[in-house]
Amino acid sequence: MSIKRWTPLLASVLAGLASVALAEPSPARQQELVRLVRQDCGSCHGMTLRGGLGPALLPATLAEKPAEGLVATIIGGRPGTPMPPWHRFLAEDEAQWIVAKLMAGFPE
Amino acid sequence: MKRISQLVVAALLALLLGACGGVPLRGTGDLGLVIERASGHVTLVNTSSRSAYARVGGLGDLSHASVVFSRDARYAFIFGRDGVLSKLDLLEGRIVKRVMQSGNAIGGSISQDGRIVVAQNYTPGGIKAFDAETLELLAEVPAEYAPGRFSKVVGLADAPGNKFAYALFDGGEIWVSDFSDPKKPVTQRYPAGQQPYDGLVTPDGRHYLAGLFGEDGIALLDLWQPEKGARKILEKYGRGEEKLPVFKMPHLRGWSVAAGRAWLPAIGRHEVLVADATTWKETGRVAVKGQPVFVIASPDGRQVWVNFAFPDNGWVQVIDTLTGQVVQTLQPGKAVLHMEFTPRGEAVWLSARDDNRVVIYDTKTFRALGSLTADAPSGIFFTSRAARTGF
Repeated sequence: MSIKRWTPLLASVLAGLASVALAEPSPARQQELVRLVRQDCGSCHGMTLRGGLGPALLPATLAEKPAEGLVATIIGGRPGTPMPPWHRFLAEDEAQWIVAKLMAGFPE
Repeated sequence: MKRISQLVVAALLALLLGACGGVPLRGTGDLGLVIERASGHVTLVNTSSRSAYARVGGLGDLSHASVVFSRDARYAFIFGRDGVLSKLDLLEGRIVKRVMQSGNAIGGSISQDGRIVVAQNYTPGGIKAFDAETLELLAEVPAEYAPGRFSKVVGLADAPGNKFAYALFDGGEIWVSDFSDPKKPVTQRYPAGQQPYDGLVTPDGRHYLAGLFGEDGIALLDLWQPEKGARKILEKYGRGEEKLPVFKMPHLRGWSVAAGRAWLPAIGRHEVLVADATTWKETGRVAVKGQPVFVIASPDGRQVWVNFAFPDNGWVQVIDTLTGQVVQTLQPGKAVLHMEFTPRGEAVWLSARDDNRVVIYDTKTFRALGSLTADAPSGIFFTSRAARTGF
């Protein structure tokens, strides 16, 4: 368990924290985002986010992934997979908020 | 004499039980259930009185839950997303048995003879067969399409001869497992195409179709002559145009065959594709409001009802199969997830998840006949499925 191993995780957590600190959606919008993630992202990733046709979106499964990459996947989709781009429905800072919440444990 | 007294006692007992249990003798042909996805409940419903008669909880994660019925149409087998298979008695309104069968399940099917219930799983990828009576595990077929590589299984459908056809999302194949010997299934594999996302068997049990996500087209396997292998139909229906984003995967079931044609959701196009169900050549397309999710024919095949992926999931459109035109556009509620016709199709029930209700429409007048409250309803399943191949 060297510090090196934890650096990407730390960086992503910090990035997540920073984005939350910078642009927190309004409480009403947060509710909408939680609902969107649980219900609509949930149709592939599972309502409990334990995965389905799409991979699980739990803190443990995302821990090694850089937050920026996850935000880019949400906004732009992932060609070659069923993951569509969500930019029509989400601003980048909202995607950042979602990623930070996913990595910390997503609200009900 | 002894025999007569035994009969009298039995009759009295039956009467008493009937009276005490509050369950008068009745059939199940007009019963069904509604999945309440978020709370792990199902609401049991009666399509004659258009009402709920019981609610059963404790069913776990029911997001994307699906249901098949025993051949006597008394028991519902509910496949939960969390891998739990539950057997529910519709008459007594209670869970008879539950088994944890996998980590992540996506649905199931029941054999032609009604003795085998099969679950399809994402994790670990494969299918598992259970005794319909006891839910005892009979056999499993891991979807190991290459050494050490397992695929998510989609599109499981029962076929005549106690066979089950299904598709491998990651493996790009259609598999047919023969459960003639329930403990020793024999599996044949057929290359299908890129990323099959769901499948269906036609109502006569002859053809298995797997919709492809990774390419334009649908893989078709003739189960009467499977040795010919799967071929592609409706190839290149996208004409090389860029796909629209798909915010929810479409679903296929045997109900999309109507008026001699198959009505199928396009992927990444706001169209329903129409193919002749004999030649499997494209005969037309119907432009619709969004990415189709369910394309469901009424029992008589005269209408096809279509719902849509986010963000168009507040709409439902009805296609007249005679003219191939959209004849009705409805807004039954917020987030319409599923539709189910009554056994002979005079009404259709639709779940409006975000309105927490199920809405019932008259299929002739398109007027709302009533509604029921339910907690984030998703799938609606009526017992008329019990007698249909592919359901």
